[in-house]
Amino acid sequence: MSITLRNIRKDYDQNTEVLKDVSVKVETGEFFVIVGPSGCGKSTLLRMIAGLTPITGGEVQIDDQVVNELPPKARKLTMVFQNYALYPFLSVWDNVAFGLKARKLDSADIKQRVDNALKMVSLTKLRKRKPRELSGGQRQRVALARAVASDAKICLMDEPLSNLDAQLRIKMRQEIYALQRKLGLTLIYVTHDQVEAMTMADHIMVLHDKHVQQIGTPSEIYQTPANDFVAKFFGTPQINILPAKRSADNDHILNVSSDLEIALNQPVPAENLKIGVRPDDFKIERADGVSSNAVVKNTEFLGNETIVYATMNSGSDIHVVVDGQVAFRSYEPVKVTASSKLLFFDQNGNRINLAKEALVHA
Amino acid sequence: MLKSPASSQTKPLAVNQTKQRTKTTFALNAKDKYYAWIFLGPSLLILSVFIFYPMIKTLYLSLFLTNTVGKPTVFVGLSNYISLLTSADYLSSLGVTMVYVFAVTILTIAIGLVLANYASKELAGIGIFRTLFSATMGVSVSVAAIFWLFIFNPSTGFLSLISTWLHLPQIGWLTDPTAAMIAVTITTVWMNLGFTFLILLGAIQSVPTTLYEAANVEGASPRYQFLHITIPMISPTLFFVSIITLIEAFKSFGLIDLMTKGGPTNATNMLVYRIYKDAFYSGNFAQASAESIILTAIIALFTWLQFKILEKRVNY
Repeated sequence: MSITLRNIRKDYDQNTEVLKDVSVKVETGEFFVIVGPSGCGKSTLLRMIAGLTPITGGEVQIDDQVVNELPPKARKLTMVFQNYALYPFLSVWDNVAFGLKARKLDSADIKQRVDNALKMVSLTKLRKRKPRELSGGQRQRVALARAVASDAKICLMDEPLSNLDAQLRIKMRQEIYALQRKLGLTLIYVTHDQVEAMTMADHIMVLHDKHVQQIGTPSEIYQTPANDFVAKFFGTPQINILPAKRSADNDHILNVSSDLEIALNQPVPAENLKIGVRPDDFKIERADGVSSNAVVKNTEFLGNETIVYATMNSGSDIHVVVDGQVAFRSYEPVKVTASSKLLFFDQNGNRINLAKEALVHA
Repeated sequence: MLKSPASSQTKPLAVNQTKQRTKTTFALNAKDKYYAWIFLGPSLLILSVFIFYPMIKTLYLSLFLTNTVGKPTVFVGLSNYISLLTSADYLSSLGVTMVYVFAVTILTIAIGLVLANYASKELAGIGIFRTLFSATMGVSVSVAAIFWLFIFNPSTGFLSLISTWLHLPQIGWLTDPTAAMIAVTITTVWMNLGFTFLILLGAIQSVPTTLYEAANVEGASPRYQFLHITIPMISPTLFFVSIITLIEAFKSFGLIDLMTKGGPTNATNMLVYRIYKDAFYSGNFAQASAESIILTAIIALFTWLQFKILEKRVNY
């Protein structure tokens, strides 16, 4: 079942607009992730699809049917909530069976479906426990089992992993992904965690400041972000965004805040622009006071790599990822050079498309 | 000031020096034992004077015959109890009280629950209704009694006016035994409703909304949600309210005194009112004491029963 959103808008009253002009088509069986910083309206959007929040403008369509006015239960979908929404007075088994019983299904059918769903999330042994006797990850699985037991082919998840610790999150991420593929669910997944978005999504929608910033596959979003916000949102550590200028003498030379010159194999696309450099596309080396263009602030050792924080002589702060362990002292002068890839943004932050981006080299 | 040996030695430890003694002992010494009495003393004193002494005195009096000023004269053992439990008059009071208590408890909770459920919905102007429904909390017994006496008044009361308009037979609300019981019950329920409503409203509003949203998505009807989410989620509160209401109903006195004085023909002569009349009208303090002890036992029994029956269902 596919879901189509057309020019969705949400106002809470005349003056507070939360979402504007959201349009997208989610295909059948797709893992679609809505991502954005907190307060960007992503949960609101999900709740509008579910029918829990009224839609101010635009259309939500499931398959061929406009469902704007339909109550949640008529939309044939399931939803997993951030706090799991488990009934504390019911056992695991009864929690999973709740919706099926409410719809007055045949009891043999209910039994089969619930047992099956519990088996799928490996909770069969714990079926008699109450939610309070479960760990966070197990509760999460009960919520998943509930979605599995329902025969709905659309599943909405509202930050389902944000209450779990880092280790468990990785594990559950894989379980959710496997489940979605196995059942062929059309899954719309809301998160503020760019790693979850990157690792699971077929397509990602980035929401920020009421608007859709970009919709694309994880690699499109990472490699060709629509603007500097998207570029900054994806990738850890964050991309470096620095002001740059076309050199007055040579239009193939880019001056980055007067500290750094980058030679391109094609003309610099604008006179004043911002460039984005991923932290591992910078190179950093010790230098004497004369040839240095930056000073190290501090370093963070992460095991397989080290993040070096430095300040360019012009005052811009940058961070660079270096393989392995490097020993820079604070206030040590260094020379920073930009290697291969660059992203160009105009003054408003929108990315400038170069004719043959793949050929750009420093 | 108590001076512990550890506190005198506050010098910081050198880095490689391990702390010698880290164990602190909390054994009470002879001096500390007085603290228990100092802290508990005031409340023990108040409880003794106002609770324990009257309770023991009542138990004591119930085993004697008393004179008109309440002094015990002859020890009679349990004969006060035996004569009470074999007296048709007392048993009728007991029966009347049971009917009243159960009617009041069930109606208060049922109506309170319905009102609280509606008032928990976010509708325009719902605040007005929430205030109105809980308003009887601020009404004193005497005001309520007078207010309802007007309504039940046989010639000018609101209810008799309605009967006249609709050409229905007039009911002697406070003179007919059955009607008097109904009238007293209605008034008590009305009085209790404010408190019950408020407590239940609080409980209903504290049920996480995502539970209902999840149920909505899964296709549960509003009725199903009320029965299978709201009721189980507020069951601890329902339990609490039912015990409070039950005990309060057993102890009803003011309304009875102001509205019917136990009449007509003992139809509303509840146990507490009976105790009062036996002690302060008839001067039979021994019998009144025995009645008090029986009432205490009954309330204790019901509370225990409620715990026994309901505790399995309300704990989650």
